Amino acid sequence: MRSDATRAEAPVLEQRAPEALPGKAAPRRWRRRADDGVVGRPPLPLTIAAIAGLLFLHLPILLIFLYAFTTEERTYQFPPPGLTLEWFEVTWNREDVWPPLYLSLRVAVVSTVLALVLGTLCAAAMARTSFYGREQISLLIILPIALPGIITGMSLRSAFHVMDIPFSTFTIVLGHATFCIVIVFNNAIARFRRISVHILEASADLGANAFQTFRYVLLPNLGSALLAGGMLAFALSFDEVIVTTFTAGQQSTLPIWMLQELVRPRQRPVTNVVAIVVVILTFVPILIAFHLTRGGEETAGQGK
Amino acid sequence: MLARPETSPAAAILPVRGLADRVSDLFWRRPRLLLALLLAPPLAWLGIVYLGSLAALLLQSFYAIDEFSGLVVPEFTLRTYAELFRPSNFDIIVRTVTMAACVTLAAAIVAFPIAYFAARYARGRWKAAFYIGVMLPLWSSYLVKVYAWKLILAKEGIVSWAFEGLGASAILNAVLALPTIGGASLSTSYIGTFLVFLYVWLPFMILPMQAALERVPKSMLEASADLGASSRQTFRHVILPLAMPGVIAGSIFTFSLTLGDYIIPQIIGSSRRFIGQAVYQLQGTAGNIPLAAAFAMVPILIMLVYLAIAKRKGAFDAL
Repeated sequence: MRSDATRAEAPVLEQRAPEALPGKAAPRRWRRRADDGVVGRPPLPLTIAAIAGLLFLHLPILLIFLYAFTTEERTYQFPPPGLTLEWFEVTWNREDVWPPLYLSLRVAVVSTVLALVLGTLCAAAMARTSFYGREQISLLIILPIALPGIITGMSLRSAFHVMDIPFSTFTIVLGHATFCIVIVFNNAIARFRRISVHILEASADLGANAFQTFRYVLLPNLGSALLAGGMLAFALSFDEVIVTTFTAGQQSTLPIWMLQELVRPRQRPVTNVVAIVVVILTFVPILIAFHLTRGGEETAGQGK
Repeated sequence: MLARPETSPAAAILPVRGLADRVSDLFWRRPRLLLALLLAPPLAWLGIVYLGSLAALLLQSFYAIDEFSGLVVPEFTLRTYAELFRPSNFDIIVRTVTMAACVTLAAAIVAFPIAYFAARYARGRWKAAFYIGVMLPLWSSYLVKVYAWKLILAKEGIVSWAFEGLGASAILNAVLALPTIGGASLSTSYIGTFLVFLYVWLPFMILPMQAALERVPKSMLEASADLGASSRQTFRHVILPLAMPGVIAGSIFTFSLTLGDYIIPQIIGSSRRFIGQAVYQLQGTAGNIPLAAAFAMVPILIMLVYLAIAKRKGAFDAL
């Protein structure tokens, strides 16, 4: 690809060289354009396209907020014929919403803790070392998110089938923790690479052993990155539906409850209210994660 | 620790104070041991839970179902794989791969201006706004996003309303009357499925693209300008080739996620199935786990080939 670019440069050079000879001022038009190409202002069509793209990403989510207040119960009529707050109360009193919410929270907490331990260990091992099989390990870590979720789900289902493992909260956690590891790993390894080796050496020089160095030097430096990774892992697990449908058996997490309501709705506006709650419950950890990793080289959620 | 008595200058090497010190010394002498201990738990987890499950999937795909009893016969056979090539099953595979390719291409086109603007022109506050603006939709609830599109595309929803308001309902109806991609309403057509796929996976394309564009050195753009290239030539011959690994990295996600998704086509789409739906229905209601497993192997094989190509193009550094 690069050779292609070099080859193509040659005729351009011939064409332009006379203008750029020393001593001869370049024409104004050329100078201005060269400037624009490097820093300058963005071309108007690009600005419009970029902003339109961002709006495309955000408007649909905002729409959910409008629909939670609609008085129309059976259809998706737009614009809503009227606005009301009663659906929030109805949702609060619906008995079937609460158990899935508790289960989702429980699963997300356990999976996050597991992913934090496993992801951090992995990042600690891989941050500055090189060893045989390193590339294979990094492939193994990203595989659960690089392959479609249905593969993870179907594989786990086959394994439970082969080994006669009954479905439970534990089987849901098995799947969730597996794909949450990479999120913690990404955040932790970026921070490990930024921590100077010298502070670890200084700690050893002052007589601290490996555990003391970990407790008093490494952990405080890793803290915010781990918290960010944990927040994102929590959001990912709280929201996961594809793997969960294969591993949950009869239990339902909040996303599974929502999926059932989407396929066979009982009260449509209740689904809208739950959707808002889900949006808020996932936005808060994401914003915290962004705040914690701001300014660094780290990409809090690169790759999901 | 710090108040070590100054009177014993000979003690340059500190005395060992307990088990923790002994273990630390061992780690110091044998760094590979520490490495192995750190890697053991995560590798055990991924190896047993994940690779073990994949192996179980592979194993099941070589079994077949007995046509009379409906039970799985645990004997090695290629019969289940042969079933994938039946016209009705093969159609599902072709349909899914075509959709994944269309979604990936469209995502690359729509993502480029956003990624390019964020990488080249956005500074300071705007940069953060763009980052959050892509991150929030990426991480916000998948089901909520799909649901929002159900509201938008439904027969009585916002799109029909907008077309009616503009007096352009005829255009919408003409599009919906198209064979294959059309349908009764947008929410039961392939156009709807395509739009939702594009929407949901778009951020996965933007982020790696932006990362790749940010790594294009400014000096190269200056060099290109110094050599007299127009901004279009610079774009075509300098920026685009250097952004390619980012595009490929993004396409890994958009392509793979479309191959496996079964919820979007279930909620928004026609009755013609995709691979994910086939897997879900076969293992659930139909109880044909071997065929479901064989179907699930299709995206795995496609993605392994895809990942191998992507790796050769250097896309892994952009992930």
